[in-house]
Amino acid sequence: MIAELGLAALWLAAALSVLQLIAGALALRDGSGELASLVRPAAIVQGLLAAFAFVMLLWLFAVTDLSVKLVATNSHSAKPMIFKLAGAWGNHEGSMLLWVTVMALAGGLIALVERRLPERTMFATLAAQAFVGIGFYAFLLLSSNPFERLPEPALEGMGLNPLLQDIGLAFHPPTLYFGYVGLSVAFSFAVGALLTRQVGPAFARAMRPWVLGAWIFLTLGITAGSYWAYYELGWGGWWFWDPVENASLMPWLAATALLHSVSVLAARDALRAWTIMLGVVAFSMSMLGTFLVRSGILTSVHAFAVDPERGTFILFLLGLYIGGALLLFALRAGSVAEGERFSITSREGALVFNNVMLSAILGIVLLGTLYPLLTEVFDVRVSVGPPYFNPAGAIFTIPMLLVMAVGPLLRWRGDRISRIKVPMIVIAAIMLAVLAVVIILGSYGLLADLGLAVAAGLAIASFLPLRGRNLLRVPIATWGMVVAHFGIAVALFGMASESAFSEEKLAAVSVGDNVEIGPWNVSLLATRPVAGPNWTAIEGQLMASYDGGEAILLKPQSRNFWAPPQETTESVLSTRWNGQLYAVIGNEASGGEGAERWQLRLWWKPFVTLIWYGGILVALGGLLALIGRVKGDLKRRYVQSRLAGRKEEGESA
Amino acid sequence: MKGVRMWVPLLLFAGFCGLAAYQLTQPKDEFIESTMIGEPVPDFNLRPAIETRPGVALADLKDGRAKLLNIWASWCVPCIAEAPQLEALQRQGVPIVGIAIRDKPEDVARFLANYGNPYTRIGADDLSEVQLSIGSSGVPETFVVNGDGVITYQHIGDIRAEHVPLLLQELAEAGA
Repeated sequence: MIAELGLAALWLAAALSVLQLIAGALALRDGSGELASLVRPAAIVQGLLAAFAFVMLLWLFAVTDLSVKLVATNSHSAKPMIFKLAGAWGNHEGSMLLWVTVMALAGGLIALVERRLPERTMFATLAAQAFVGIGFYAFLLLSSNPFERLPEPALEGMGLNPLLQDIGLAFHPPTLYFGYVGLSVAFSFAVGALLTRQVGPAFARAMRPWVLGAWIFLTLGITAGSYWAYYELGWGGWWFWDPVENASLMPWLAATALLHSVSVLAARDALRAWTIMLGVVAFSMSMLGTFLVRSGILTSVHAFAVDPERGTFILFLLGLYIGGALLLFALRAGSVAEGERFSITSREGALVFNNVMLSAILGIVLLGTLYPLLTEVFDVRVSVGPPYFNPAGAIFTIPMLLVMAVGPLLRWRGDRISRIKVPMIVIAAIMLAVLAVVIILGSYGLLADLGLAVAAGLAIASFLPLRGRNLLRVPIATWGMVVAHFGIAVALFGMASESAFSEEKLAAVSVGDNVEIGPWNVSLLATRPVAGPNWTAIEGQLMASYDGGEAILLKPQSRNFWAPPQETTESVLSTRWNGQLYAVIGNEASGGEGAERWQLRLWWKPFVTLIWYGGILVALGGLLALIGRVKGDLKRRYVQSRLAGRKEEGESA
Repeated sequence: MKGVRMWVPLLLFAGFCGLAAYQLTQPKDEFIESTMIGEPVPDFNLRPAIETRPGVALADLKDGRAKLLNIWASWCVPCIAEAPQLEALQRQGVPIVGIAIRDKPEDVARFLANYGNPYTRIGADDLSEVQLSIGSSGVPETFVVNGDGVITYQHIGDIRAEHVPLLLQELAEAGA
């Protein structure tokens, strides 16, 4: 009954999205029309119905209803409750339902609160949102029904991939989805504005909170995903340039560019066509990522249930929406009047540079990700990895970061470099000093050296916009920028430090042996078997002491899950303020005589945690900016309504 | 000029869609073919994987007879599936040389006791060095090597009953 309720709600929501599209399109044509009053309510009710369907799916997973195929194939009665719930979106059908739900809720929210845009642009935007929604409803209902029943209920579920039975999974995919789907709203705004040719500051201000919100979620999602890969996969790395990781990075790069260009459009009414283009590109990167991951067209460590039929469906949707939007862009962008002009040495100039560099990085990542697809046509198999991405990305990242250090100090419209000569010299001096020290200490590779130097300069530079201002009166949005830019510096420092100073050791040790790594001394105290609800494991007990200090007990595990059967490593981390000790225990080493020996893998990674703290700071900066912008908008609305009220009073008096 | 530029994104996107659509229609080929086919096996010398059979060196492949070189492991499940076919080939007089990948002597012995031992020699390749040098990327894989130690054919995956005649034919062509 629960499953049928969910399915019925989903069909109703799909029907409402058709109504929303038709009513919106007619209202757009006629200016108002009889159906116009239906557009907003349709969007709101559709959002509620989709949310209802998703709650029904959560319910089915919570009670482990094994007569539902999705539950039987992805859950297990012995799983802890949090992982039962997380199992609802840890699979293709459930995650698509989550996608659709978030999209419908976002559409409902703009219908409910957005009143600044001209009504026609609003109709166009909501119609575009419904048009995108219909495709995803069709995909869900026709080829990926999450509520499908089994002819006979299963006796027991097949379980969830053990790698995914982790608290990281509970939050990582939904976070990314909020980001992807937030970009769908930006896309709908862009299409709506193109249709009515009303591209200007009001449009930018309406779109900005959605871009900011999506960007915050994407930042958090990528940060969490990177940390999850770091401690769960047990490979000691934090970014692998895997196609699925790239699929989450590309929308972030596009959203970061969009975030900055939309600010230019809101503040100065410039970069109109470019902002529209980025709105389309950002969402196309979200959809492209979904396509690459779900179609199995590229090989990745992220094993989603791969199905060429689904791939074809998503490719069709991708072609329809993105192709359609780009066609509209080609036809209309010329007639969207160019915005205000500005000189190169200005805030806008720096932001344009940032946009060009981000687009170039996006191009590099996109090319690297799709390159194997291209060469396979000619029967050549390649795997593109860090040797390509790191240097090629750095060529554009480092200039971008240098401009980012000084850009916020420039004034809008036009400025003179000589005005910011002193801070520029200070920043350059810091960078050169750090670079010199690093090279003298024993050069760690060009990228790591440059990374450390730029990070140091940028960290100082990010606070310079506050110089000489009353800190209590600095707008919250400006604080947001400062915090986010500082977060980039922090993360960069962590990345460069990890690459420069990490030490790794692989050893086969017997109980009682000592291993030295960096400032740590690690000894294997004992090994013992342990058991969990659905796994058994070998647990190593390690005594680790830092620099001769008091020893701490670490317990890495090598786990064997039995539902489904799979081996995973549970690494342990000992975090200090200046880095992390990372320990993985492997299988019994073969060929040992006498005492048993165990494979032990140890890393000492100085300042590695700064990568993720930096990511969190960047997201926090985004949140401050969002609060600042929304507060500003509310204030503006209040002032306008007061003005209108006074005008009325004046007229009646 | 500007009008033309506006179409560039659409054209690039159309190119991508075409490429992706084409790739979707292509069967996903999971096999990685060795580039060593037609090449002589590089020099190697492996210690015996068990006491009852000698190890394998390049000289053993260059004894003038075409033979099968079977890459396998006791921990590999498809290797169990192909064991009857290897037995059948051996009964028909085909010399089969085994290379056990990342294995332990006691596991090798247990596997052979359970599923039969079609091998004249079994070398232990603990670090997959010989396996990689002949362009094999997984277990099981079976190579036809002619009497001069040149690889003439590669079979990827387990040998099923229907593959046996093909392998016999390849062996005949290699001069068995």
